[in-house]
Amino acid sequence: MAEASYPDDLLYHAEHDWARIENDEAVLGITWYAQDALGEVVFFDPPAVGTALSQGEPYTEVESVKAVSDVVAPLSGEIVAVNEALADSPQAINEDPYGAGWLVRVRLSDTAESETLMDAVAYTATLGG
Amino acid sequence: MSAQSSSALLRTPLFERHQAAGAKLVPFAGWEMPVQYAGIREEHMAVREDCGIFDVSHMGEIETSGPQALELLQRLLSNDVGRIPVGGAQYSVLCQEDGGVLDDLFTYRLDEQRYLTVTNAANHQQDLDWFREHAEGFDVRIEDRLHDYAMLAVQGPNAREIVGALAEDSLPARMTASAGRIAGIAALVCGTGYTGEDGVELLAAPEDATALWNALLAAGATPAGLAARDTLRLEACFHLYGNDLTIERNPIEAGLGWCCKEDTGFIGRDSVGAMRAAGPAEKLIAFALDGPGIARQGNAIVGGGVVSSGTLSPCLGIGIGMGYVPAERAAVGSPIEVDVRGRIRSATVRSKPFVNKRSNDG
Repeated sequence: MAEASYPDDLLYHAEHDWARIENDEAVLGITWYAQDALGEVVFFDPPAVGTALSQGEPYTEVESVKAVSDVVAPLSGEIVAVNEALADSPQAINEDPYGAGWLVRVRLSDTAESETLMDAVAYTATLGG
Repeated sequence: MSAQSSSALLRTPLFERHQAAGAKLVPFAGWEMPVQYAGIREEHMAVREDCGIFDVSHMGEIETSGPQALELLQRLLSNDVGRIPVGGAQYSVLCQEDGGVLDDLFTYRLDEQRYLTVTNAANHQQDLDWFREHAEGFDVRIEDRLHDYAMLAVQGPNAREIVGALAEDSLPARMTASAGRIAGIAALVCGTGYTGEDGVELLAAPEDATALWNALLAAGATPAGLAARDTLRLEACFHLYGNDLTIERNPIEAGLGWCCKEDTGFIGRDSVGAMRAAGPAEKLIAFALDGPGIARQGNAIVGGGVVSSGTLSPCLGIGIGMGYVPAERAAVGSPIEVDVRGRIRSATVRSKPFVNKRSNDG
């Protein structure tokens, strides 16, 4: 598993999710901290394209051997694409949480919501010592 | 997992060894226990293919001794305690009068009039109270030995070779126990386990635990945590108290009629005998999902029933579990459907266990 990292070009939600804003869309995933806490991800059943997301509400689940964890939406919108490759290789969420381990792409319903998210420095500070 | 909540937790004598090995430590039944080290799958496969070592020092021990020790234990434990030879071991359940299971237990006969019963950590105090309450009028002595023993489980196809190389005498056969020395350390060596693999469990003085652990690691055992212990036992279809066995369940519906001997007069025998005669309304079955997904404890089984344990089997790569279903749908091969948090997933009743490599040397 890769070393802890929190890229500067992402925005973060307190529930350990990241968002990469691309105009009126965003790619979403879980942070290094979240995947480390979860352990090896063994199952991801992606939500359907078209599913509505509401900021702060769970929109999907990732599963380790031991547990199921809700994934909380960092932003509101509608899913326009899901990472189908995770069905066969869910461990990408551990190995490359900000790259191959992305979960969904969303068309944002309120781009101003991104102002409520944290940058990498602020998010890292919430993780404490 | 916060620092505040862990301040009141008990620690085993190996706590610092676990920290040094990079374990994730979590609260479990009042103890701060290693849930995993390198990763569940690696630890699981180490036990299936080589040799793993578990610190299970959180498990409790009750010693029952005296002229009427056997009579008391016959009254408390469901199995026929009279059939345990000195140096033998036996599995049983502890029932209340209505047949509800209070705990499941291994009992070792240490001497003619001396027995050691291993309890589940979460039930230890309640079991101890139950033993003492029912000991009234019997010429016995009940001793809490929880803090007198560290317990290590060394399990896997190479476990006996690794432990045997450090032992002064030959290791006890399966389901027997003997006092021995491992790496020069006095231990009760038991041919038992909870993984479906061959191996031994070692009970030693807490002050010797670190030296024993270090010697076994140096000899090639891989540290394994409670998470791997759970996936291993579920592949072997061993019951976990609190999941597959509860005070609401009679041992007959749990498939444990084989360890209940009503003619010994144990507490609960009338209820157990009645359910055995009438047949249980529900039965504990093993199942595997037909497609992707993982059923979890508490998921409903469509048409009646509930999942009592569920995980992804590291060996089989599919979702497996155990659950209670109406008896008419409990036959091996029966299709069932599990409501996995709103998604209905089809599954099939399977024969128990999923994995058992121990059967060829028993």
